[in-house]
Amino acid sequence: MTAVTAGMLAQFVLASITAALAFSVPASVRAVVSGIACALTAAAGVVTGALVLAGVEGSLTLALALPVDPLVFEPTRLGGLFMVVISSVGVLVSVFGIGYAHGTAAARTSWMSLAFFLLAMQMVPAAADSVSFLLMWETMALCSTILLLAEHRNRREVSSAAIWYSAMSQLSFLLLLGGFGVLAATVGSTSLAAIGSSVSHSPAGGLAFVLLIVGFGSKAGLVPVHVWLPRAHPEAPSHISAAMSAAMVSVGAYGALMVCMRLLHDGPLWWGLAIMVIGGVSAVYGILQASVNSNLKVLLAHSTTENMGLVFLAIGASVVLRGSGATAAADAAMLAALLLTVSHALFKATLFLGAGAIQHATGEVNLDRLGGLLRRMPWTSAAFGVAAMAAAALPITSGFVAEWVLLQAFIHGSPAGGAPVSVAVSVAMPLGVAIVALTAGLALLTFVKAYGIAFLSRPRSAQTTASEVPVVMRISMVVGAVAVLAVGVLPGPVAATVASTMRLTREPLVYMVGAGGISIPGIGVLLDPGALAVLAALIMVPIVVIVLIVSPNHPRRLSALPWGGGGSRARPRMQYTATSYAEPLVRVFDDVLKPSRDVQVTHLGESQYLVQRVQVEQRVTDLIESRLYRPLLNRAQSFGKLARRAQNGSIHLYLGYSFAALLIILVVVAV
Amino acid sequence: MTWAAIAIALIQLVFFVFLAPLVVGVIRQVRARLEGRAGAGVWQPWRDVRKLLRKNPVHAEGSSWILTAGPLTVLVSSLLLCALLPLVGTLSIPLIPNDLFVIVSLMLVGVVALALVGLDAGTAFGGMGSSRHMTVAALVEPTVLLAIYALSIPAGTSTLSVIVGTRLQTPAVILSPVSVLAMVALAIAIMAETGRLPVDNPSTHLELTMMHEAMVLEASGRDLAWLELGSWLKLAALLGLLGNLAAPWGILTDLSIWSVAVGIIAVAAKVLLLGILLGAGEIFLAKVRLFRVPELLAGSFTLALLAVTASYLVA
Repeated sequence: MTAVTAGMLAQFVLASITAALAFSVPASVRAVVSGIACALTAAAGVVTGALVLAGVEGSLTLALALPVDPLVFEPTRLGGLFMVVISSVGVLVSVFGIGYAHGTAAARTSWMSLAFFLLAMQMVPAAADSVSFLLMWETMALCSTILLLAEHRNRREVSSAAIWYSAMSQLSFLLLLGGFGVLAATVGSTSLAAIGSSVSHSPAGGLAFVLLIVGFGSKAGLVPVHVWLPRAHPEAPSHISAAMSAAMVSVGAYGALMVCMRLLHDGPLWWGLAIMVIGGVSAVYGILQASVNSNLKVLLAHSTTENMGLVFLAIGASVVLRGSGATAAADAAMLAALLLTVSHALFKATLFLGAGAIQHATGEVNLDRLGGLLRRMPWTSAAFGVAAMAAAALPITSGFVAEWVLLQAFIHGSPAGGAPVSVAVSVAMPLGVAIVALTAGLALLTFVKAYGIAFLSRPRSAQTTASEVPVVMRISMVVGAVAVLAVGVLPGPVAATVASTMRLTREPLVYMVGAGGISIPGIGVLLDPGALAVLAALIMVPIVVIVLIVSPNHPRRLSALPWGGGGSRARPRMQYTATSYAEPLVRVFDDVLKPSRDVQVTHLGESQYLVQRVQVEQRVTDLIESRLYRPLLNRAQSFGKLARRAQNGSIHLYLGYSFAALLIILVVVAV
Repeated sequence: MTWAAIAIALIQLVFFVFLAPLVVGVIRQVRARLEGRAGAGVWQPWRDVRKLLRKNPVHAEGSSWILTAGPLTVLVSSLLLCALLPLVGTLSIPLIPNDLFVIVSLMLVGVVALALVGLDAGTAFGGMGSSRHMTVAALVEPTVLLAIYALSIPAGTSTLSVIVGTRLQTPAVILSPVSVLAMVALAIAIMAETGRLPVDNPSTHLELTMMHEAMVLEASGRDLAWLELGSWLKLAALLGLLGNLAAPWGILTDLSIWSVAVGIIAVAAKVLLLGILLGAGEIFLAKVRLFRVPELLAGSFTLALLAVTASYLVA
């Protein structure tokens, strides 16, 4: 029994112990005990994954009482990487949950489900056969549905969100079941290792590819199967949203990576182009929706769609580039996909935890009613700020490194790199650059809005009682933010580890330069954010000296009046809100967003030229939901109504149905 | 090589801190003369900075440390541009190559810091300026990246020094259709990025038409000095980059006293010439409506995309 086997066994045992503890301990200590136990379960995942990354091998076989093959868990290096990423998020979420969970979110059921939810997410990447993969996948989906339902008694929206969520996750499960079924039928085994590249170019391979990518894409929240994200995330308790949005969507990305790197590698060109199109559309659509949304958690949910879109864009680019012979650029694109996933898990967990902290302190997630939290919640604002910078891909954070590698992969698939490449590449790559640039620009606006409106300026509603959250919650946010910065300043070790999980055409892909910079010699690029930070610090020196010389003679003065256009006292209501901040963008993208605007003007009694009050209401709905899903659901509902006529409750009618059915069967058997 | 590159970076820093206010002074003076005014003289921006440093910064009630840190970030981001871009010489520090994407993201750090300064005090005008500024920045970014991507294709790398070096060695590249398209797109993007006409009017006094000025309304004293100097440095550095891409001659490729002198004079001449052209051009332009700006940027984006696809077809 190797250390990895022991680690996986430990995760199962710890999760069971956690569930038992959550069930048995009294409510007063339940949060502390179960939170720590959940964190230990996740920590076991971090250790196991790290061992796998270090090269230790091991497998765990669980025999079932059912007449199927035993479940086999044998993580590959890629699986080990995802186990580390997912369980790191799990640790942060569990610790945060100790301080955050209250009321129904801290009930026995919730903590027990959280333990199994974390376990299932950690074991999906370890699965070595499709049965155990699907079993863990479904456990993950069910436990997360229970967690999502935690607050269904208090808010009506929760049950609607849960219905959407279960429908989409079951759809995803069915597609995966179909996909794995096709593969198993083709190669005659459920083991994932048995599937080779010979399947890739068969029609069965193509069918399996489509089923699997749509199934995984649905979990990753890609357009058009993203509809569950903006509904489920705001309704779930915040630490659960963090686990879902940072860890669970990564499992979706893992699935897609597994398909493209391991199961069906070296597929035809159109696979890559299809993934690029889905990814590109998701990236732009997601960030556009995020930029115009004022509910912080909905905004973050849409931004998840954007980030996963970028991951899929990178995966698709890698397939396209490999298909057209630009292997170095293809490897770089795959590296970018992995780095984007790692970076997204870290910063999105921190952002959702930050949103949870805001909700905990103010009871509000609508940005239009927040403001001025910087002074009241310094820790939260610092952690949220760092994570928001990563989400906007600014240096020196992890998000910047990941997008930089992606852009470099795009521009080095060009003809100047050597032999001319196909038309597909020469059209897809520039468009890829444009999409990444547009999403980066809109992400910048989105997160300046989220941070600036919530933390800067003056409170927009009565939340003067808001104060900083308890220490356990601060710890997990700060640890998340530090991790984001660490990957951003020293990307070298992380990129080297990530590259070691890939199936490479030339080794090694990444060299470390300087203190912790990365160099990708295959495409001849180099980045050392640490050196950049040092240079910036050196440049700061003379400015700081000037400030130190000048400031004693010219101290700061406080004036009570900000500029309000000449003497008028600007009231907090006169500030820009999140909605007004995004208003120019809504106008620019009018044709895509189709906002509905309702302006009501009440005139003074004496004159129609004097206005007493103006009421403006603007709603930006998800077009895909209203144009694609609404008609489908309406159609399904009308079918249901039609079917209801056949079910009028009369016993005679039902006897008639049975008789008719019997007749039909007899006729069929006779013929 | 490393020390030579660091020396060049230092020379660029010091020289551009001197040059940037002068360029702005020249632009304003040219405008003043062409509009029939006497003007304040080319050294007025320098005198403004000196004056602002001697004043007590005034904070509005409710503002936070962002009002102090933001202006410093804007200034450092612009100074990093001056140190890293190929302005006086094409040597670059080995660990920090002046990679296009790094440069753009450094610029965006300044953009974000400025937008946060605008939001900090919680005034209507600050928020308005910040919102417009970020909308324009979000739409400019694709154009900037695509335009420089088009320029990078002949060089096969996104490192700006190498791009400028390639154009110096094979001047035929400069007048190729691809390059001309990309340069036009880049010029429009830089006008928008630095808040010049027709996107933003730097000399407006009406709050409702402001973008950059609305965000700095609450800053005063040295905070305002850093913000102003930061935006001037950015303008000068980007004009220098544009000048070196259009006419790379004179830029130094090895370190000697003679070549440094030539390099400094060449870049000063290019920046000042572009500044004069900018000042003269601006008196013929009016600020376009905010909601016409996306059309301008979409046009510039189309040019950049044309440039990239054309370079693939030609190659």
